[in-house]
Amino acid sequence: MTNDILVFAEVREGSFKRINAELVSAASVLVDKLGGVVHIAVLGGAVDGAVEEARSYATGKVYVVKSDVLDSYSTQGFASGLEAVLKECDPAIVLFGATAMGKDLSTRVAARARGSLMTDCTELDVEDGALKAKRPVYSGKAYADVITTKATIKMASLRPNIYPAAQKTGNLADVAEVSLPITLDQIGAMVKEIVVTSAGRKDVTEAEIIVAGGRSLKSEDNFKILEELADVLGASVGASRAAVDAGYAPHSRQVGQTGKVVNPKLYIACGISGAIQHLVGMRTSKVIVAINKDPNAPIFQHANYGIVGDLFEIVPIMTQQFKELLAS
Amino acid sequence: MKIGVLVKNVPDTETKIRLTADKQGIETQGVKYVMNTYDEFAVEEALKIRERLQDGTTVTAITLGPERVVETLRTALAMGADEAIHVDDPAFEGGDSLTNARIIARVVEPMGLDLILGGKQGIDYDAAQTCSALAEALGTAQALIAVELKWSEDNQSLEVRRRIEGGDEIVHVKLPAVISCEKGLNEPRYASLPGIMKAKKKEIKKVDLTGVGLDSAEVGASGSATRVVGYSPLSERPECRILEGEPVEIVKELVRALREDAKVL
Amino acid sequence: MNKFAMSGRRIAHIRGEKMSAYFDLSEEERLIQQTARDFADSEVAPMAAENDANGQFPRGLVEKLAKLGFMGMLIPEQYGGSNAGNFALVLALEEINRACASTGVTMSVHNSLASSPIVGFANEETKKKYLPKMAKGELLGAYALSEASAGSDAASLQARAVKDGNEYVLNGTKSWITSGAEADLFVVMLRTDPSERAKGISAFAVERDTNGFSVGKKENKLGLRASSTVQLIFEDARVPAENMLGSEGEGFKIAMWTLDGGRIGIGTQAVGIAQACLDASVSYAKEREQFGKLIGEFQAIQWKIADMAMNIEAARLMIYRAARLRDRKEPHTKEAAMAKLFASEMANRAAREAVQIYGGAGYLKDSSVERYFRDVRITEIYEGTSEIHRIVISRFLLKN
Repeated sequence: MTNDILVFAEVREGSFKRINAELVSAASVLVDKLGGVVHIAVLGGAVDGAVEEARSYATGKVYVVKSDVLDSYSTQGFASGLEAVLKECDPAIVLFGATAMGKDLSTRVAARARGSLMTDCTELDVEDGALKAKRPVYSGKAYADVITTKATIKMASLRPNIYPAAQKTGNLADVAEVSLPITLDQIGAMVKEIVVTSAGRKDVTEAEIIVAGGRSLKSEDNFKILEELADVLGASVGASRAAVDAGYAPHSRQVGQTGKVVNPKLYIACGISGAIQHLVGMRTSKVIVAINKDPNAPIFQHANYGIVGDLFEIVPIMTQQFKELLAS
Repeated sequence: MKIGVLVKNVPDTETKIRLTADKQGIETQGVKYVMNTYDEFAVEEALKIRERLQDGTTVTAITLGPERVVETLRTALAMGADEAIHVDDPAFEGGDSLTNARIIARVVEPMGLDLILGGKQGIDYDAAQTCSALAEALGTAQALIAVELKWSEDNQSLEVRRRIEGGDEIVHVKLPAVISCEKGLNEPRYASLPGIMKAKKKEIKKVDLTGVGLDSAEVGASGSATRVVGYSPLSERPECRILEGEPVEIVKELVRALREDAKVL
Repeated sequence: MNKFAMSGRRIAHIRGEKMSAYFDLSEEERLIQQTARDFADSEVAPMAAENDANGQFPRGLVEKLAKLGFMGMLIPEQYGGSNAGNFALVLALEEINRACASTGVTMSVHNSLASSPIVGFANEETKKKYLPKMAKGELLGAYALSEASAGSDAASLQARAVKDGNEYVLNGTKSWITSGAEADLFVVMLRTDPSERAKGISAFAVERDTNGFSVGKKENKLGLRASSTVQLIFEDARVPAENMLGSEGEGFKIAMWTLDGGRIGIGTQAVGIAQACLDASVSYAKEREQFGKLIGEFQAIQWKIADMAMNIEAARLMIYRAARLRDRKEPHTKEAAMAKLFASEMANRAAREAVQIYGGAGYLKDSSVERYFRDVRITEIYEGTSEIHRIVISRFLLKN
C-alpha cells in the first residue's frame, strides 16, 4: 500500500462538481502527514472536460475509467471501475463526497475491498497510520469520534462545505487510463433518467446560503418572498417540515430530521420556530440568522443573529438591502 | 415473491441525547427505543407489495442486535410481517455497519430472497451503509433512498425513483435487489390490535454466531475496521445577538455584521 | 391515516419517568400503548380543539379507531374483536383521552358499557348479531341507566318494559345518555317488575331504529362538547324478548357489574386528562419567562408540577390494579371505585393547577388547558359521583 490518497471525482452532466475540489483540499492536509500524493479518479462516459479539470488539481495522477457502460450512473458499474483503479494506484485512503452518489458508491466499494468506511464526516485527520474522523450521529445531536483499527484500505465520505475548494496546482497531472472490467449485462441497476426538480437552484445540501421558511409563511405563494431574497444571494430555499406538510414547499426542500441535513455558511430561518426536528438538520450551519415574531421561539437559542419581527416586513427589506450591497 | 425487511430499533426521534461522563457512549437510561423511522417505510412497502400480488408473497423482518430489538420485530409482525428473525450473539457486540452487513448476508443468503428492503439510514449512527454493503455481499443490484417503486408487469424488475441533489434519479432495477426507503415512499400503517394479538403468537427465529457460520474474529468489534473512540457534544454557538430598532436599521446592521463580523458574504 | 402527517408526533411522550416503564407491561401491551399514543398524537390531538369548539362528534376518528381494533377490545375473537382485555383498554384509553376527552369517553362507553354487557349476558344469537358490527365500529354503542329522577339512586328508575308475547313494550325517558345522538345500539335498563326495587330491573339491547324509540334533546354542556349527551324517549317501543341481557330481574346486577368496568374507564379518562395537564404545564414552565427567568425555576411552580406528577402516578397504579383484577375476574368493585374517585379528584386539581400555571393565558380558549379544565369536571360526576363512591368504599369497610 502507498501513502497516497485517491479522491473520487463526482461528475454530473459532464461537469466536475465543486465537492471534488473540497475533497482535494481535505486530502492535501492529510497527505502532508502521510508523505504521499493526491490522485483523482474520474469515471464516466463523456468525461474529457472533467478529466482536464481533475488534472489541474491532482498532485499525483488522474485515473480515468472511460466507457459507454458508465454513460449513466450505476452502482455496480462505477464500483467495478473504481475497484480497477484501486488495484492500479493502491492508495492508503479514498475520499468521497457525502452526496447521493458518493454514499451509494463508497459503501459498495468499501465492502468489496474489505476496507473501512466512515460516512458523512465533518473532520478528518491521520494519526499513527489510522484515519480519524468526526461525524454527526443521532441525527446530528452529537458527534462521534471514529478511528480505523485495521491496516486495510480506509475510506471516508466528507460533507460538502466543510473544506474550502482547493487551489489549482498550476500543473497538469498525468493521466492513467484504466479499463472497465464489467459489461452492461452484469449490471442489475442502472440510472435511466434524471428528473431535475430544483431547476436553476442548487440543492439545499450543496448550497452555501439557504433561506428557509416555516409554516408562518402561510401559503406556497408567500414562499416567493423567500425566493426573491434567495435570488439576490444566490441561495437555495429550504423549508421546515411543518411548511412541507402544509403543502407550501416540496419535500426536496425539507431541512431536518425526515428531510435533508444541510451545512451552509449562512442559514436564514424565516418564521421557523426551531423544533428539535428542524434544528438537527441545520445547526452545523456556520452562521444562523433567525427572524421570528415570537421572542421565545427556540430558534433564537441556536442563532447567531436574531430579529424579533414579522418576516413579511423584514424579508423584503433584506432583499432590498442585499441588492444594494451587492450592486455597490 | 420472497421479501426481507431490515429493521432496527433506535432511540425515539424526540430523545435528548446525553453523553456519558466518560464520553464513551450515550446515556441509555430512560431512552425509549422505537422502530427506526425509515424502516417503517420499508415494512409498509413490503406489505403493500404482498397485498398487491396476492400470490403467497412472504415478508420476513430481520434485525441484528441485543434483546431489546425484539420489540421492533414484534412491531413489524404486528404491522403484518409473516416471519421474524433475530440475529444476536454476544460476539456481535461493537460491530460496525460493514461487519454487521456481512453477518446479515449469511443469514439471508440461504433464504433466496427476491427483494430486501431497509430504511435509508438508522437514525442512531446515521451510517447509511447496511443496505448497500448487504447488496455487495449478496452480489445483487441496489437502489438507495427510494421514494417511489414502479413495477414491471412480470414483477421481475422495477423503476426506482431515488432522491439525489437537486432532483430524482430513475433507476431501472432487476431483481434480486436491495432497496433502501426514504420518507415519501408511502404512509406506514399503525400496528392494529388484531395484528398485535396475532404477532404475540408468532415465533421469532433466533440466529447466533454458530448459525451464521462465521468465526468470532470476523464479527463484532474484533471483526470491524472502525471503532468509535468517543463522543462529543455539538459545539456551543455564542449567545444570539438580538438586533433591535427600526426594521430598516436592523437589517442594515445585519447586513454589515454578516459581511464584516461573520464574514460570510 | 398517515402516521407522519402531523409534526410534533410523539412530542411530550418521552417522559422518561413515566411510571408504566416500571410497571410490568408485556411486549404486546407496550405495542398497544404505542399504537394508541401514535394515533392519539397524530390523528386525535390535532382535531380536539376544533371539535370542542364546534361541538362536532368525531365520527371519522371513531371509524379509524375501529379499523385499528380499538372498538372491540373487550369482544372475543370469534365475534371479530381483539379480546385485548381491560388492562389493554386502559392503556389505550389513557392515550386517547390525553389527546381528546370527548373521543375518549366515546371509546370508553362503547367498549366498557355497551359491548361488555352484551359479551357477558346476551344470548348467542344476539352476540352474533351485534358484536361483529360493534367491533368494526359499524354499530356505535351507548348505555342508558339514568333518568331525570333516578341518578345516583339508579335502582329507583321508572321506565318500563312490559312483556307482550315474544316482545317487550318499552315506555319512559332516559337522561344523560353519552353518545346517544350518534349511537346505533343501546344497552338500556328498564323496570319489568314494579313491585320490586333493584330486583325488578332488566337489561335490554335496543336498536336505534326501533319504532317508538326516539332521541330527545341534546344537552348544552360545560365540557366534553364533542360528545353528545341526550335524552332517550320510549313510546310503546317494541323489542324482541331475545334482546334481553341475562334474565328478568338481573338488570340492576348487570348494570352495576358493567359500571365497575366503566368506572375504570372514567378513572383512566381522568388520568389521561391529568397527564395532558402535566405535559402542558411542564412545557409552559420551560418556556415562559417572568422576572428574568423561566417560571419553572420558581419553587411555587416546581411544587405544583411535582404534586401533579405524583398524583397521576398514584392514580395510574390504582387504575392498573383495578383493570388487572377485572381481567382476572377477581372482585374489584372497591378497587374500581377507589381508582375512579382518586383519579377524578386528582385530575380536577391538576387541571386547576395547569390553568394557574398558565395564568391569564390558561383562561383563554386558545390554550389547551382551558379545555382540559372544562372536560375534567364531569369525571367527578358521571359513572358515580364522588359521594356515591365514598359510600361504596365505606360499605366494604363497615359492613359486618
